[in-house]
Amino acid sequence: MTKLKHLMLAAAASLAATTGAASADDTYITVASTTSTEQSGLFDHILPAFEEETGIEVRVIAQGTGQALETGRRGDADVVFVHARPAEEEFVAEGYGVERHGVMYNDFIIVGPGSDPAGIAGTQEADEAFAAIAEAEAPFASRGDDSGTNQAELALWDSAGIAPSGGWYRELGSGMGPTLNTAAQMDAYTLADRGTWISFQNRGNLEILVEGDERLFNPYGVILVNPKRYPHVKTEKGQAFIDWLVSGEGQDAIASYKLDGEQLFFPSASDGES
Amino acid sequence: MDGGAFTTAFHLIVSLDPTLGGIVALSLRVTLTAVLVSCLIGLPVGAALAMGRFPGRSFVVVFFNALMGLPPVVAGLVVYLMLSRSGPLGDLGLLFTPTAMIVAQTALILPIVVSLTRQVVEDLWKEYEEQLRSLGATSMRAIPTLLWDGRFSLLTAVLAGFGRASAEVGAVLIVGGNIAGHTRTMTTAIALETARGDLALALGLGIILLAITLVLNAGAFFTGRLAQRASG
Repeated sequence: MTKLKHLMLAAAASLAATTGAASADDTYITVASTTSTEQSGLFDHILPAFEEETGIEVRVIAQGTGQALETGRRGDADVVFVHARPAEEEFVAEGYGVERHGVMYNDFIIVGPGSDPAGIAGTQEADEAFAAIAEAEAPFASRGDDSGTNQAELALWDSAGIAPSGGWYRELGSGMGPTLNTAAQMDAYTLADRGTWISFQNRGNLEILVEGDERLFNPYGVILVNPKRYPHVKTEKGQAFIDWLVSGEGQDAIASYKLDGEQLFFPSASDGES
Repeated sequence: MDGGAFTTAFHLIVSLDPTLGGIVALSLRVTLTAVLVSCLIGLPVGAALAMGRFPGRSFVVVFFNALMGLPPVVAGLVVYLMLSRSGPLGDLGLLFTPTAMIVAQTALILPIVVSLTRQVVEDLWKEYEEQLRSLGATSMRAIPTLLWDGRFSLLTAVLAGFGRASAEVGAVLIVGGNIAGHTRTMTTAIALETARGDLALALGLGIILLAITLVLNAGAFFTGRLAQRASG
């Protein structure tokens, strides 16, 4: 019987230890962000400087933009850091977020097999390239997960006047990395954000085929979850993180992140366009 | 990649990579705590279910048997909805913490411990009922004796639970959030590196996870055998 008592005590103690660790050190904020920022390694690069300066630990949950905004809507994050302008504005308009601040941008690229069966290489207009892919019924891998990239892709189909469907259009319901893995395996075209592409290591035959169209512009915004709706939101610390991101220091940290000599994200807080 | 994964795994181990160490420690802490909690609840419940006779007992037995097949992602989703700030237990602020992961894994392995314990104890009771009754034991009083007698079979139940918990990724990803240095486990790290396209690192981590599982199982197996010999 004493053995059992010991076990019970041990279990209670270890549970208390884990919960205690969660509530005692309240020096962290939770940020719901996107797979593109996490998987590209940006956060690993910029967060240590912020954490050192402020003592605030930033816990990043990498989800698609749609899911990250949903996490914010449920009050499970203090800050959302995502890339789908219309969805972000809706989030603020509905009263879930305080205000959207532009932070940085990169761009989307259309990648596909080097053999390029739809002949889109070098096309200037992204929607024309999409139309050519649909015309050729060449395999296209869609994220299909309501992420920022997925929303940008759907907007391009819309602008091409096409409702993509059929065996060639494959909705994967996956993050950017898994989608690139799959596209590489089935020689499919896909829309990718440049950050994930540059850091992605399993490209197979995939190449960048279309880039530079202004419709491929990909702005990132950061929003504090509304403390009026969720009183537990760490307003002060969350705002400190946002302020730091748009400050000269934060913007420099973003600009200095390079992979293979290539800059992945471009600061935009001072553009006024935010 | 094939050789690369083993090289990567080897390098990670010999360099005593501190990040990896943290991930392994968290994985073990979460899974072992979940196993412990499941045993504390599951062994008595399973034994009581084996011995007790009450209306609806068959239903409860079938229910726990069916829960052994609960998809981890569903367990994760349910725990997520409970612990979310918008959920009934939101005020605890437990979502995206190791505790949330322990709760989710416990939900996954408790049915295994309950169901397998019930089976073991039921079989033992059939075998020893007369003997125990002649010694004056009531069915409830016989439970500790039966659990002790069945300890080697029950060890398998516990190992099955450990295996399910340490191998699953769906539930801990949803309720833990795969936060670097906080809720990143072996399996979620493997999922992340696969997503990044770093397949060698992903497989390397997989090899390490498999090695840890192997060592723990070997430890349990040989301890059990030694104990079995000692007790004749």
